Amino acid sequence: MQNNQIIINVFRFIGLLLLQVIVLNHINFSGYVNPYLYLIFILLFPFDGSKTLLIFLSFLLGLSIDFFSDSGGVHAAASVFIGFIRPTLLKFSFGVSYEYNTLKLNKVTFTERLLYITLMVMLHHIVLFSLEIFSTSNILLILKSTLFSGVFSVLLILCALLLFNKKEK
Amino acid sequence: MQQILSFFIKNKNFLLFALLFFVAFILTLQSHSYHNSKLVSSTNFFSGGIYSIKSNITGYIDLKKQNELLVEENSRLRILYAGAAFSETPKSLDSTSSKNFQYTGARVINNVYARTNNHITIDKGSNDSLNIDMGVITSKGLVGIINKVSANYARVQSILNSNSQINAQLKKSKHFGFLTWNAKDPNIVQLTEIPKLAPVVVGDTIITGGNSSIFPKGILIGSVVDFIIGDNDSYTIDVLLFNDMTNLSHVYVIENPNKKEIVQLEALEDAE
Repeated sequence: MQNNQIIINVFRFIGLLLLQVIVLNHINFSGYVNPYLYLIFILLFPFDGSKTLLIFLSFLLGLSIDFFSDSGGVHAAASVFIGFIRPTLLKFSFGVSYEYNTLKLNKVTFTERLLYITLMVMLHHIVLFSLEIFSTSNILLILKSTLFSGVFSVLLILCALLLFNKKEK
Repeated sequence: MQQILSFFIKNKNFLLFALLFFVAFILTLQSHSYHNSKLVSSTNFFSGGIYSIKSNITGYIDLKKQNELLVEENSRLRILYAGAAFSETPKSLDSTSSKNFQYTGARVINNVYARTNNHITIDKGSNDSLNIDMGVITSKGLVGIINKVSANYARVQSILNSNSQINAQLKKSKHFGFLTWNAKDPNIVQLTEIPKLAPVVVGDTIITGGNSSIFPKGILIGSVVDFIIGDNDSYTIDVLLFNDMTNLSHVYVIENPNKKEIVQLEALEDAE
């Protein structure tokens, strides 16, 4: 990673953390639906960066969110999970172009980008809500929360990416 | 030896993941039990500070509504005060009356109500002599119980928390049960273990029972909206809260100076 990228990622980490805990955790759309925009950090982490570092930073980001929202370790667990599984999902979503390290998220087709983001968000949310609700008798509530929050998060992430990628085109 | 080392190097990502996931899982398990959720909390200096900055800024937005609430409470207290001043009956000598309780005002700086285990952060802590297991109310009704304090902040386990179990009773008939929450609606909590004999009517008022050393008897909670007969031949009652838990700003913390004595006494009873 170059210096430039390090600075961008540090700012992204802090910015997304504050945005999440101060604004987005309090939306509570229709009672319980919140978007989790902080996943952008994990989604956009340099594709050629160290995988070990990504796992560690995902954990740190999730744990920071947990500190703010008094939720034990649920965000940390969910984030570290998708941080670990990201290379597999990248390979699954983008195929060959990932292997040659030429991947740029704003250069792939929309379907591939949507597939990658949706898979990451849904896996994150299912771990998050399973741990948060933590009871098999509420399995319907887990699935409902995952679906609604997931759709909300995916939409918001796509919008945010569109907004910030415009300059580079 | 070399094989072991190369195994570790080859699988270092997975091992790191497994370790961190395990740590997160333990923290999650701890957060699901009442007294152990102490490691990760928003009462620390950093997140508490950020939340109070935020609440300083956004506090202005609903000042008008909060003022109306205060005026409403003032007028109610005024009526009570006038009634007490002119009443002929001598004050009772009953030691269980609520005059022993002391109240401290505090401001809510973070309020979560969308999850299954919700907490509220308030801007006073052990420096203002707050402590674990003190009750928290507003002028309208019950909010929760403090379960963690730091120097300047305290965390309240709200009644909207599936671990909460607060002693409550019907105002009319004195039958008591436990207040729990099924995580579905932030305005409705469940009163369980009310015996089948109790006469329950939709619209009845639910208040706190005097059986706990945390809350004085008679603090308002809500009104009955629905009830079913559950297992063990007891009612499960849906209670509509008087408080709007989604919009809290100023709360009162209740301190019972005799609590230590009561707890000691009860512990003695158990030992025998």
